[in-house]
Amino acid sequence: MSVNTLLGRLGLAFGVFLIVSPAILFFLWMISLSVKFEVDNAAYPPVFWPEHFAWKNYTDVLSSNRFFTYFKNSLLVTGGATALAMLVGVPAGYGIARMAAHKSAIVILIARITPGLSYLIPLFLLFQWLGLLGTLWPQIIIHLVVTVPIVIWIMIGYFETTPIELEEAARIDGATRWQVFRHVALPVAKPGLAVAFILAVIFSWNNFVFGIVLAGRETRTLPVAVYNMISFDQLSWGPLAAAALIVTLPVLLLTVTAQRQIVAGLTAGAVKGG
Amino acid sequence: MSTIVEQAGAAAEAAAPERALRPPSYWPFVVPALVTVLAVIIFPWLFTIWMSFQEWKVGTPTTFVGLSNYLRLPADPRFVESVGHTLSYTALSVLLPLVLGTFAAVIFHARFPGRGLLRALFIMPMMATPVAIALVWTMMFHPQLGILNYLLSLVGLPPQLWVFHPGTVIPSLVLVETWQWTPLVMLIVLGGIASLPTEPYESAQIDGASTWQMFRYITLPLIMPFLFIAAMIRAIDAVKSFDIIFAITQGGPGSASETINLYLYSVAFVYYDLGYASAIAVVFFALIIALTALLLVLRRRAQWNALGSET
Repeated sequence: MSVNTLLGRLGLAFGVFLIVSPAILFFLWMISLSVKFEVDNAAYPPVFWPEHFAWKNYTDVLSSNRFFTYFKNSLLVTGGATALAMLVGVPAGYGIARMAAHKSAIVILIARITPGLSYLIPLFLLFQWLGLLGTLWPQIIIHLVVTVPIVIWIMIGYFETTPIELEEAARIDGATRWQVFRHVALPVAKPGLAVAFILAVIFSWNNFVFGIVLAGRETRTLPVAVYNMISFDQLSWGPLAAAALIVTLPVLLLTVTAQRQIVAGLTAGAVKGG
Repeated sequence: MSTIVEQAGAAAEAAAPERALRPPSYWPFVVPALVTVLAVIIFPWLFTIWMSFQEWKVGTPTTFVGLSNYLRLPADPRFVESVGHTLSYTALSVLLPLVLGTFAAVIFHARFPGRGLLRALFIMPMMATPVAIALVWTMMFHPQLGILNYLLSLVGLPPQLWVFHPGTVIPSLVLVETWQWTPLVMLIVLGGIASLPTEPYESAQIDGASTWQMFRYITLPLIMPFLFIAAMIRAIDAVKSFDIIFAITQGGPGSASETINLYLYSVAFVYYDLGYASAIAVVFFALIIALTALLLVLRRRAQWNALGSET
């Protein structure tokens, strides 16, 4: 029996190693690429731990003044699209949950399965017609396609589980429906707000397809800027890997610190943007 | 309508508690989102359908051409090929994550030290920015300097051309997709396993069942509904996969990895043939709906079979 338990433990340890190592090794290799000079990155057999670290790769990326333009663009697009989505999506999730209007959620589901590109053609023409191309507005607006369904979907799920008795009691005491929403429903749904916010931020931050069409030279977000580095500015691997790591680092940190919320949100709605 | 009634009644509510119990109208909560959804989701759908009946290249006036955009599709070899690429890419990108994700869920269901942190590391690939990881995968696929060929050489396998050869480009991209999305399948299946009752396992253990037998005859049948949900989500995401393919191969070499979504991008934003692109978008959307419906039918049939075997 104890031999069996030992074998079971070893098997489990091996299983854990097997499934987790592709993720861990990938990110370790990404870090390794980003801190090596060209000599080491072009070496065969590959160098894992360089003798000299190329911190220059990072300082080069960070000190280029366009990087901060792109970082600011990413912040504004993700921040704007998430804030607007919370503003319209949270009350909507509340309304849909309280009206038990489950049919309206189908629109959200269909939005979820529609390819992002099919929104791009009409909205691209619309933005061109409105003369908005060249500003950040087209990207903020089109990112709503990603963020609004996520927020509504997750908030429906949360408001459905919050107790309605409390709200009824508040209404009997004379509160208006906005007061009930603001002071009774919303505080109870705080964990849901965090989940919706985090997922909306991540999927908006990661979005690439809207940017390659709508972003001009001055309005690129970070993912688009990194993609453009491959084709134009930069051919050496070190700075490229450093830039890639900088772009995705905020999201990775969020994943580790807010793992519980992310897992709850993804398994509740299994929503993904794009 | 009911909002006006509600607003008029709002003042009276305090005075008449029995009226306050009537559920208030929740429409005002939904209206801003409704307007947003109409503007950025419903309008593009309708506009796309309308445009698919037009001949519209940038710089020329639009003319109504009926179904001719749709009739072009079967005669367009690039489109027909892209459908094939999409189907093989999708089939592999559903099956591999499903198998590996189920295995990972069984592992993560067990208790072991550091499970929380390891789970966070495990789900990092799906949360990371796709373009950023695509960039690193491109370097790893490099035939001369890439780490993957070095790893192959360690186990005595010949070097591959990965994404640089038409024959291996789709499996190589599926490798990235699998690496990226196995965690999502794991999370869904893990939720399923966690909700299972413990009694069947206890009695199976008394009867001397092996771990594999318990998985095969208890866990697997019970988590079938979750596997179907995971398969459906995976199919929908894989069929419209864009970032990874675009950033690594742009549909190449040649057009060996050009899926419908990639071709749609080229027609719309490289050739600016917007009418034809809209027709592709409509057909593509119909294909995704059909795929979803097919999986739902399969799921229902599986449920009937399960019911049949129980009785």
